[in-house]
Amino acid sequence: MSGLAEGTPLFVQIAEQIADDVVDGVLAEGARVPSTNELAAFYRINPATAAKGINVLVEDAVLEKRRGIGMFVADGAREQLRAIRRKKFAEQYLDPMLAEARRLGIDSDTLVTLIRGSSFHNGGDTA
Amino acid sequence: MIPTIAATALGRRYRDQVALDNISLALEPGTVTGLLGRNGAGKTTLMRIITGQEFPTTGDIRVFGEKPAENDAVLRRMIFVREEQSYPDLRVEAAIRVASWFYPNWDDQLATQLLADFSIPRRRRIKKLSRGMRSAVGIVIGLAARAELTLFDEPYAGLDPVARQVFYDRLLGEIAEFPRTVLLSTHLVDEVADLLEHIVMLDQGRVVLDAPADDIRGKAVTVKGQASVVDEFVAGRAVWHRQRLGGRAAVTVPGPFDDLAQARARAMHLSLEPLSLQQLLVHASGISEQEKVSA
Repeated sequence: MSGLAEGTPLFVQIAEQIADDVVDGVLAEGARVPSTNELAAFYRINPATAAKGINVLVEDAVLEKRRGIGMFVADGAREQLRAIRRKKFAEQYLDPMLAEARRLGIDSDTLVTLIRGSSFHNGGDTA
Repeated sequence: MIPTIAATALGRRYRDQVALDNISLALEPGTVTGLLGRNGAGKTTLMRIITGQEFPTTGDIRVFGEKPAENDAVLRRMIFVREEQSYPDLRVEAAIRVASWFYPNWDDQLATQLLADFSIPRRRRIKKLSRGMRSAVGIVIGLAARAELTLFDEPYAGLDPVARQVFYDRLLGEIAEFPRTVLLSTHLVDEVADLLEHIVMLDQGRVVLDAPADDIRGKAVTVKGQASVVDEFVAGRAVWHRQRLGGRAAVTVPGPFDDLAQARARAMHLSLEPLSLQQLLVHASGISEQEKVSA
C-alpha cells in the first residue's frame, strides 16, 4: 500500500506523512492540504481513516480548517513540528546508533570522527 | 443514532448443526466493515439473515431499525451481491436494466462507466461470460445501486488482481462521494485491510473479534532475536506462538508496545514485527497453538 508500514494505525501514518511534508517544506505554510477523499484515493485507504489522520493535525494546530474551502497548513506549523522532532531526536536516532556502536566496539571518539567525515555532514550529495 | 444493522443474540441452527451461535453486533451507518472468517464460519448465513432471505432460529435482527424479512421498505435500501450470483438468461444490459428498476438511488451513468472499467461486453449473454466477468457484473450492480446498505459476499470469484484493484478503487471513490454502510466478506484479508474501518470475525458461528481496524493493527507482534533475550523481553505476556531456530527465537505476543518497550527492544537488538491482519486472523482461529521447535 503506497509505502504505508504495518503496525502503526493508518491514521497516525497519514498524519506523520503530512507532517513530514510540512517539515520538508513540500507543504508550505498556508498551502492547501489534499482533501480526505484525495488522500483516500492516493493511499487506497478508507476516507474515514484519512479524515482521522487530518483531525490529529488539526488538534495539534498544524492544520487549520477554512470553512467551505478546505484544509490548510497553519502559520508556524513547520517550526512547531521541528521543535517537537528535535526533542525526540536523541531517543529515535541517537540511542539506536549508540547501541549499535557499542555492539561493534566503536568508541565515541571514532563515532565523532565518522560523523565529521560523512559526506552528509559536509553538505555533500545526500542521495 | 440507530445502527444500520443490529443483531441481538442471533442464532441459526440447521437440524443438529449450529450455523450462528449467539451473535450480537451493531454496525454504525456509513462504516465499511470486513466480515472475516474461514469457510463455514457463518458469514453467508449472517448476510442472508441481514438481507431477509433467512429467518434466525433465535434472537433478533434489525436493519434500519426494522425487521428485514418481507419488508419491502427495508429491502429496497440494501443490496446483496453474492458469491457466484446466478442470473436469469439475459444479456448484460438487460440484467443491469432490471436491477435499475429495483433501487431508488440507481445511477445509470455509473453503471455504464463501471461496465467499461471492467471491460464487460454489454450485449453478451450473462451465461456466456467468464466466471470473473460474471462476478464483475455483480460488482457493477452492487456499486451502481448506491444502496444505503451494500453487502458483498466474496464478490470476486475468478476476478484477476487488476480487476480486483479496479473494484477497490471504485468502492473507495463511491463511499467517499456517496457514503453508505458496506459489509464485505472476503478471504483476501490483507488486500482489503486498509479499506476497512471495522472488523468482525466469525469462527464456528461465533463472533471472535469485533473491533475498529485501527485497534487491530499492532495488536500482536512477533519478537525476533537471541532466544534468551527474547524470553526476557516477552516475560509476563501471553505467548501465542513460539518458534526456535538454533539460538534464535521468534515469539508472537499480544501488544501494545509503547515507545519505552520499543526502545528497550532496540537496545536488546530485538526486532518487533507487527502481525498483518491475515496473520492475526489465523491466530484468532486458534490454528497455531502448538510450539514448533526446530534445532
